[in-house]
Amino acid sequence: MAHEVEVNIPRPARRRRQGWATAALLAPAYGWLLLAVFLPLCAMLFFSFLKTSPLPGRPLFYTVNNYLAFINRPYLFDVAWTSIRIGLWTTGLCAVIGLPAALALARATSGRSKHVLFLLIILPFWTNGLVRVFSWTMVLREGGLLDYALHLVIPGAPAFSLLYSFPAIIIGLVHAYLPYMILTCYLSASAIEDGYVEAARSLGARTPVVFWKILLPLSLPGLISGSILIFVPVIGSFMEPRILGGRIGVTMGTVIEDQFTAAFNWPLGAALSFIMLAVVLVIFAASARVLRAGGALQ
Amino acid sequence: MTYQITRRRFTAALGGAAIAGAWARPGFADAKEIIVLNWKGYGTDEAFALKAFADKTGITVKHDYFNSEPEMLTKLRTNPGAYDVVLINSARIQQAESEGLIDPIDFAKVPNSAGLAPALKNHANLTVDGKAYGLSWLWGMNSLTVRKGIAADSWSIFTDPKYAGRLALFDDAVTEIGIGALLTGQDINDPKDLKAIVDKLKAMKPNVKLTWSSEDEWNKAFAANAFDISVYWSGAVVRSIHVSKLPAEFIIPKEGAIGWLDSLAVPTSSTKKDDALKFIDYMIDPTFYLTWANESGAPASANQAAMAKLPADDLNRQIHKEDYLSKLQFMSALPDDRRQAFNDAWEEVKAFYAK
Repeated sequence: MAHEVEVNIPRPARRRRQGWATAALLAPAYGWLLLAVFLPLCAMLFFSFLKTSPLPGRPLFYTVNNYLAFINRPYLFDVAWTSIRIGLWTTGLCAVIGLPAALALARATSGRSKHVLFLLIILPFWTNGLVRVFSWTMVLREGGLLDYALHLVIPGAPAFSLLYSFPAIIIGLVHAYLPYMILTCYLSASAIEDGYVEAARSLGARTPVVFWKILLPLSLPGLISGSILIFVPVIGSFMEPRILGGRIGVTMGTVIEDQFTAAFNWPLGAALSFIMLAVVLVIFAASARVLRAGGALQ
Repeated sequence: MTYQITRRRFTAALGGAAIAGAWARPGFADAKEIIVLNWKGYGTDEAFALKAFADKTGITVKHDYFNSEPEMLTKLRTNPGAYDVVLINSARIQQAESEGLIDPIDFAKVPNSAGLAPALKNHANLTVDGKAYGLSWLWGMNSLTVRKGIAADSWSIFTDPKYAGRLALFDDAVTEIGIGALLTGQDINDPKDLKAIVDKLKAMKPNVKLTWSSEDEWNKAFAANAFDISVYWSGAVVRSIHVSKLPAEFIIPKEGAIGWLDSLAVPTSSTKKDDALKFIDYMIDPTFYLTWANESGAPASANQAAMAKLPADDLNRQIHKEDYLSKLQFMSALPDDRRQAFNDAWEEVKAFYAK
């Protein structure tokens, strides 16, 4: 231990050289981010202050009106609430399904079977999102697989269709984002020492108690980071709501998409995106505090 | 084996090419070439047509494409002399004319123009001071489409409680505001009472099942029995019935329907205007239209003679009846602020549907 501490206190010159090496190693990643993310984002920020979409040869007019979108268009509050509701349902269901799955993978499987099960979880990642969503339309629609299966069991049942409904959107999104929850929870769950559970059992704790008092608190960091990873993209999602939701599927994501693809109003689309980005950053700041507190608990 | 390109060899090759080029020059002067600006895959670039046209006239046709109407106008503004024929929706003709981008059409140089439907040849959207600046080429309608067996003659079927949850709307602000305008007896291009339109559209909520945005989506949902009533494109209906065998029926309601008209124009800056008009003449030629309609499927031709070439029971011909023309309100140019107001109104209606 003492030896390690000695090595970890480098001389100034050595520290400087290490700093350069770190910078050089990080440069490709940060350079790429700067070029591919930060610069386009800056352009969008600039667009969000324009009156009309930029066209070559047309004078530019500046305005902050786009940022007053929620005041000028009160219906956006309803849209935002729909997005948040979709986000909460998806995240909640992913947590309810994902955490037990992660615990089971980490604690009850080993060797080859673990690898196979892991592969099955990551599989949805490998399918194209559009294909995945359209597959769901074939399952959920009237006369689809679900309807067919239902009529095999109860021949006289009325036609059954979930397509173009709120549950359809949630089903599509949970399917798409569940792997995030399982993977982050798995990391936390696999770090839990067997000794804790054995100690609890030897003191007479039953399975529910072991789960509530030991497994759940210790998996909390994974659960929270998984939730953020899911909630943030889901409130901006537009493909699943549009294809599976029918008239229900109007979210912040689809409104922004409309501004870019149908209304030719890039400035409004950009401003709405930045308003959402601000909300997301607030969520991040709040959850960082919770995460730190969770870490302290450990 | 490697072949080293030395500077001397390169210069020699360049000189040789220059001489060859100069020698070939007289031959090139005879070869005529025009450049057409259009949407990709929209008639003017059919391979069979370009070959037939070149065989007939010795004029070769090159293409440039645009992805939106503003882009088309920008290309005309910033590349004077680059284009000889351009496709312009009738709604944009007057804007292009006011900027001095296009010439009036000399019908005397377009023999096939004799067959154009009178209602389209001198359509108000195409003319300025009595002169037509675009030659009407293709047209179509956005109108009521229902499942076979449903009787309807009015857009008010969109709020009929009998069809609760059986309606699909086209996710397009201009079309939906247009339907609201037809229902409230207003001009689709310049409605005075947008609030009344929004209320009309909101009243459809119990009936609305989904909003669709592509032909593919419409066909899939209709085939899966997700809805019975919708607004749809005339050209797409022909394909849905003909190719996908869907039990659909296209109706022009008593309030009227929405029409669109595409025209071909000659830019003021073109240096080959006569060749350009020859090509435009070929584009409304009945023989060309017949092949195009049969092999790839085409919208309705503005040329009556071309439509008459189709068999009498041809679906395209049945759906695009000439007597419908008087019942249509054609889409006109929208100023930026009105277009924005339409988009805002439609976005608000959609949010109301989702609530």
